[in-house]
Amino acid sequence: MRIGLFITCVNDLLYPGTGRAVVRLLERLGHRVGFPLEQTCCGQMHHNSGYRDLAVPLARRFAAAFRGYDAIVAPSGSCVAMVRDVHPRLVPEAAGTAARTYELSEFLIDVLGVTDVGARFPHRVTYHPSCHGLRLLRLGDRPLRLLRAVRDIELVELPGAEECCGFGGTFAVKNADVSGAMLADKCAAIRATGAEYVTAADNSCLTHIGGGLSRLGAPVTAVHYAEILAGRDA
Amino acid sequence: MRPGGDPLASGVPFPEAARAALTRAQLRRNLHRATRTIRGKRGRVVAELPDWEELRAAGSAIKSHVLAHLPELLLRFEEAATAAGARVHWARDAAEACRIVVGLVRETGAREVVKVKSMLTQEIGLNEALAGAGITPIETDLAELIVQLAGDSPSHILVPAIHYNRREIRDIFRERMPGTGPELTDDPQALCEAARRYLRERFLSAKVAISGANFAVAETGTLVVLESEGNGRMCLTLPETLISVVGIEKLVPTFQDLEVFLQLLPRSSTGERMNPYTSLWTGVTPGDGPQNVHIVLVDNGRTAALADPVGRQALHCIRCSACLNVCPVYERVGGHAYGSVYPGPIGAILSPQLTGVAANRTLPFASTLCGACYDACPVRIDIPGVLVHLRRAAVAARPGPSAERTAMRAAAWAMGGGRRFGRVLRLAGRLTAPLRWALRGRRVRRLPWPLSAWTAARDAPLPPGESFRDWWARTREEA
Repeated sequence: MRIGLFITCVNDLLYPGTGRAVVRLLERLGHRVGFPLEQTCCGQMHHNSGYRDLAVPLARRFAAAFRGYDAIVAPSGSCVAMVRDVHPRLVPEAAGTAARTYELSEFLIDVLGVTDVGARFPHRVTYHPSCHGLRLLRLGDRPLRLLRAVRDIELVELPGAEECCGFGGTFAVKNADVSGAMLADKCAAIRATGAEYVTAADNSCLTHIGGGLSRLGAPVTAVHYAEILAGRDA
Repeated sequence: MRPGGDPLASGVPFPEAARAALTRAQLRRNLHRATRTIRGKRGRVVAELPDWEELRAAGSAIKSHVLAHLPELLLRFEEAATAAGARVHWARDAAEACRIVVGLVRETGAREVVKVKSMLTQEIGLNEALAGAGITPIETDLAELIVQLAGDSPSHILVPAIHYNRREIRDIFRERMPGTGPELTDDPQALCEAARRYLRERFLSAKVAISGANFAVAETGTLVVLESEGNGRMCLTLPETLISVVGIEKLVPTFQDLEVFLQLLPRSSTGERMNPYTSLWTGVTPGDGPQNVHIVLVDNGRTAALADPVGRQALHCIRCSACLNVCPVYERVGGHAYGSVYPGPIGAILSPQLTGVAANRTLPFASTLCGACYDACPVRIDIPGVLVHLRRAAVAARPGPSAERTAMRAAAWAMGGGRRFGRVLRLAGRLTAPLRWALRGRRVRRLPWPLSAWTAARDAPLPPGESFRDWWARTREEA
């Protein structure tokens, strides 16, 4: 099986560590990972902000870049939802790549049939199910199942977990006050758990949440769950 | 928003109105408590039904069918209602609808009308039109009455006074409700009793009632109103004249179709298995109830929405307000921030379509696209999908060049090639190097405009310096 990593533009620039974690994890499970350098961005920001025409060539580029791969894996629920739900509506030739694109937890559990990835993370962690993974991909408890199998992890439930953190892409800037009010509630819920780490399937939401926690001086670190599964502390 | 302006577009941009609403601590507490209570009730009664998803699919399918066959169904409704003794009137827009209703009330000589809660009469500004013609409209739904007495406008489709607590309501009654004095307490029972006494006199003396309708059955010409308080039943049965103002999208084809909606609506709106009062009437019944029955069918922008293949699903809406109660944005800012009688997620897709997007450009952006509304909608309106669709129209409606458009184009250009994108990421890494050195692992606390909106509430991360693709090229491609 030829596995292609779709890093996503946000991770490429800001969170290369999450990408390295996915590579390390999949290689540890005995798979080879490819990275087509022609990939750039899924076009979600353009599409969801009202610039559909600018998203079309990005969808076309994605389909062309990953044409030769059997499975395309991305550490982002939101970007996978864009590829899977929207790309085929933008460009017909994207239907094939769209159907073969998986969020990391889907790929590990549904395709590889793995739940215990052999990780150890001796910390108190709470999980925020980011909206697009939850409601567009219907990831359900897949990321949590992977996390529960991690050695020495202490998972604590996040109150109001399924409520949006207030990121929403350009919403965070266009409606900064409402976004900030939602963030304040999410940060309060996270702090109430006493967790050292808050994790999720999307670094975009985690940038928002982590930035809020950091502003509050809260001793909680935001980290993508791929980095926990890759044995971040090991 | 205050009564008197455009009921569908206040003119205040959503971010601005939301900012003001966020400063009202009491409002936020009320909303938080109220939306969570209804959300919980809804969740419990929806979970009881094993065929809830099938009901949603059926509701959506019936509404799609209605929209696809609207002209025939409207004519069938008119024919059936007329045969049953009702007079059917057609109104293209708000002004025409108000003119018709005012004319009908004048014919009766009545100076006062009692009203059943109706979103459409708010949408067309009927109370203001009546008042302008010297006719006093009395809202008889308790929450609508509170809002009317306060000189305010509703902030929720189903719970119009959700933004008031009982002490505030006591004060409104004390000051504004005839026959109520300073002895009134904020005990809910006492507040209800005061309203009941006041309204009872109005019901018994009213010659004319005005209602909306939740459903209109094309096959039989029947109108249906669902309510909780019994005030509707009073209005629909006691006066001589009944004028119902009905949106053209309210049709269902057959009487049997009601079985779907009478399950979907109460559970989604009040979180009840069944609402306390369901009134159905078909034209005139001689010797029983109103003997002059009028139905005003209103378009007011609906035909324009119908012409949009993506946007038209907003016309499926049965005004349950489940989407408001689950919306994290609505919960923080309340209904008035949306500047329209239709607030919340449904308002954000309905108002811009009824007014044209140019008059409501900020509403399609008043959402994080979290999707909670879509999951809650009993007729499966893809609200996030329609929001994104309307954002395109909003961007297109903005005149001239904009910083955002330029930034979007620049980003799309940078992402137009793998090598080019790599160079841009490398440049970003180099340009931020001095900051990385200066901050030594700390986060960025302040950024220049427009990213200052980001750092107002949260710190920003810095690129670590080497992009993923550069790491890949360095460690993998060369090996």
